[in-house]
Amino acid sequence: MKTHLENCGNWFLDRFPLTKLWNDHMAQYYAPKNFNFWYFFGSLALLVLVNQFVTGILLTMNYKPDAGLAFDSVEYIMREVPWGWLVRYMHSTGASAFFLVVYLHMFRGLIYGSFKQPRELIWIFGMLLFVALMAEAFMGYLLPWGQMSYWGAQVIISLFSAIPVIGDDLSLWVRGDYVISDATLNRFFAFHVIAIPIILIMLVFLHIVALHEVGSNNPDGIEIKASKDPWGHPVDGIPFHPYYTVKDIVGVSVFIFFFATVLFYMPEMGGYFLEHANFIPADPLATPEHIAPVWYFTPFYAILRAIPDKFAGVIAMGGAIVVLFLLPWLDRSPVKSIRYRGGIYKKALLMFVISFLGLGYLGMQAPTAGATIMARIFTAMYFGFFLLMPIYTRWEKTKPVPKQLTEQPTIEDRIPGWKATFCEMVKEVPIEKDGATVMRKRPDTSGIMNVLIRTAKNLKASLD
Amino acid sequence: MSNQGVDRSKRQFLTTALTVVGAVGTGYIAVPFLSQMQPSTKAKAAGAPVEIDISKMETGQLIRAAWRGKPVWVLNRTPEVLEILATDTDKLADPNSLESNQPESSTNEFRSIRPEIFIAVGLCTHLGCSPTFRPEIAPNDLGEDWKGGFFCPCHGSGFDLAGRVFRGVPAPTNLDVPPHHYLSETRILIGDESGADA
Amino acid sequence: MKKILQICLLLFIPLGAFASVGIELEDADIDLTDHQSLENGAHLYVQYCLGCHSTKYIRYLSLADDFNIDQQEILKKVAPEGAGIYDKMLTAMNRHDAKKWFGTAPPDLSLIARSRGEDWLVSYLKGFYQDTSKQRGVNNTVFPDVAMPNPLWQLQGVQKATIKTIDGHKVITGLVITEPGTMTAKQFDKAVNDIVAFLVYAGEPAQVQRRSMGKYVLLFILMFGVIAYLLKKEYWKDVH
Repeated sequence: MKTHLENCGNWFLDRFPLTKLWNDHMAQYYAPKNFNFWYFFGSLALLVLVNQFVTGILLTMNYKPDAGLAFDSVEYIMREVPWGWLVRYMHSTGASAFFLVVYLHMFRGLIYGSFKQPRELIWIFGMLLFVALMAEAFMGYLLPWGQMSYWGAQVIISLFSAIPVIGDDLSLWVRGDYVISDATLNRFFAFHVIAIPIILIMLVFLHIVALHEVGSNNPDGIEIKASKDPWGHPVDGIPFHPYYTVKDIVGVSVFIFFFATVLFYMPEMGGYFLEHANFIPADPLATPEHIAPVWYFTPFYAILRAIPDKFAGVIAMGGAIVVLFLLPWLDRSPVKSIRYRGGIYKKALLMFVISFLGLGYLGMQAPTAGATIMARIFTAMYFGFFLLMPIYTRWEKTKPVPKQLTEQPTIEDRIPGWKATFCEMVKEVPIEKDGATVMRKRPDTSGIMNVLIRTAKNLKASLD
Repeated sequence: MSNQGVDRSKRQFLTTALTVVGAVGTGYIAVPFLSQMQPSTKAKAAGAPVEIDISKMETGQLIRAAWRGKPVWVLNRTPEVLEILATDTDKLADPNSLESNQPESSTNEFRSIRPEIFIAVGLCTHLGCSPTFRPEIAPNDLGEDWKGGFFCPCHGSGFDLAGRVFRGVPAPTNLDVPPHHYLSETRILIGDESGADA
Repeated sequence: MKKILQICLLLFIPLGAFASVGIELEDADIDLTDHQSLENGAHLYVQYCLGCHSTKYIRYLSLADDFNIDQQEILKKVAPEGAGIYDKMLTAMNRHDAKKWFGTAPPDLSLIARSRGEDWLVSYLKGFYQDTSKQRGVNNTVFPDVAMPNPLWQLQGVQKATIKTIDGHKVITGLVITEPGTMTAKQFDKAVNDIVAFLVYAGEPAQVQRRSMGKYVLLFILMFGVIAYLLKKEYWKDVH
């Protein structure tokens, strides 16, 4: 029996390079041994992609891409298809989870310099993936045909008309009609279900192949291939399988735990994942009070609104993405990882994060005068991070980069420190209880002050 | 990489444990995903039992109704027809309805609960065309031996007025009799055998 | 690096203080596991609301299944005359007529609880007051100039608003029952909450099942995660 199985296996392996693929990309693919928290998000993005595919296919079995039937078909899935509600929520939660994971994944690139030579192409493929993902999410959001779906699409497509000369014709061509209509819905469905998923799969493949060609970066930003052992393997490298397969499974478990918590207890997420206005069928004659894109688009929406001119706003919004493509060539630092960069880059990155989160928040709010001023300041900060980078990274004072990967304390190593800090913040005081005097733990104000001051000092020092 | 004393059995145990839990989890998630494809409430509603009123039915009349998207015939058979059905059984492929689909209550000589009311799904058991109703005896196109029945024009299968298939025709079995029961003398519920679930 | 995240988190906590400012909504008091309440709510809905508003995504069968009530009882006590168990909760009112009479067709209410929220619905149903300047003689505290008359006025009675002028604006400071209805205030409160409970159910029938399943799923994932972590630690002994 066993040899029969072996024979079948060998027949296959003689005709397909499975062993070679397995070795090249898993069992003999060497990755740096110091991957930390930030390195989980690539595999998580792949997991979410698979989730969207599977739940998407199931939804397509019952969804009707017709303006008169779409909204009803979604409710049909939620109520009458066995377990339809679960599949729908997995898909909607998955969409938000996708962006959360991808933003964190991109952020990892920013902090460890994963976009720098020789990994520029990986970054480019990644950025193309990001653009494709935004298109996919935008088109997908029209499909439920709720008020927010309709009016959000109406606003964004009408941006095309801002383009001089060809704008109006372009909008007409994209929509297939004079306003967002059944024609638009049907074509967005075709793009969302077939065209862009194919592009996404191709780009994921290219992204991973490009990665495997040069090998992963790491939190210290040094090339592990520079030091090889007598067997030709990087000294600081470990085979991806079994070490990172087993570690990624833990990452997946933690992620799925949070995913399931949202899914079963708060799938609407207070109106951020499933917007309240979208439970009203699309009405071309009544605009909702407050149109806002879904949370993951709000930073770019805020940039769009901050610029007073419609066309310039569109350019700025597009520019915010384009500037990310240029990152490998804007960064002039010889050092990859933030651990060894100078204080200017660290502070600049902090400003970037603040501006991105700030823009995201403002994008959800109504455009008051005060909010618009803040949005303009944040937009300047956002673009400043990128456009000034050739200047502040070239002449920065960097720290010496180690030759080999450094040992960072593990979670277990840090726990005694956390315990000590906690003890510093409490003190034992005598309390009267039932006539007797007992010792009880109470907050120690001076201890807490000391800890806060020390934390502030450490934070400031980390930015130098 | 340090390799001192790799505890193989612990690794094996944990790997097996994880695989088992993972397989169970996959099973848990597979159930809702596969159940998705089962008939929804809308399908069940459309396939719900259908009530037929035979109070205005004349003898010899055939009523055509629809149940689950299929034609259902309700035929009021005359005593002469019943006579023929009882005696003329030598040309039938399955006179005792051993191979065909019918509820318990219709597994008898006349394949019905009440002999004079015959109910059947009006689809040929060959490839699903709907046969024509030919109650007349010995018509020109069907020959001397035709004593009344259903003739399928697609490939020439023939059934008698109890839906029993003749020998030597493409159709393999007698016409299906749907589950049904009588709500009263004049009302029949097609699609529900016992009346247990409304 | 972690420090940057910590700073950002600290900076954004105070933003949570900016809640939306609007009319004070009364808290709804509903229990979706109380089948009596849901059945009563459905019954009241059919009596007082179904005349104009459909809840087309609900079939009477779902009421029987989800409230654990016999199908015949639903058809007798809740559903309108002549309804079948598979029928959807549709209104008899014609949309064109409705538009003529009210200016706008009464919307389907299947999802009203998801778009407006339960507190808003309770406040709305309790918030009608006499307003002779309006065509139908009533106005509403949370939905000013609403075209809908008060469907529950017989139960609630007639309400008048006490209006004070503050900073030059007319502000409604309270509502007082001037003519009692057939229900006491407490009974009416329960009736409104039952109707809203039904509407919350109608918005997402699967929600009770969803929430109750959650703990088992999380427990399972936790178990999987613990084994995965132990396996990871075991293999990573090689690396350290």
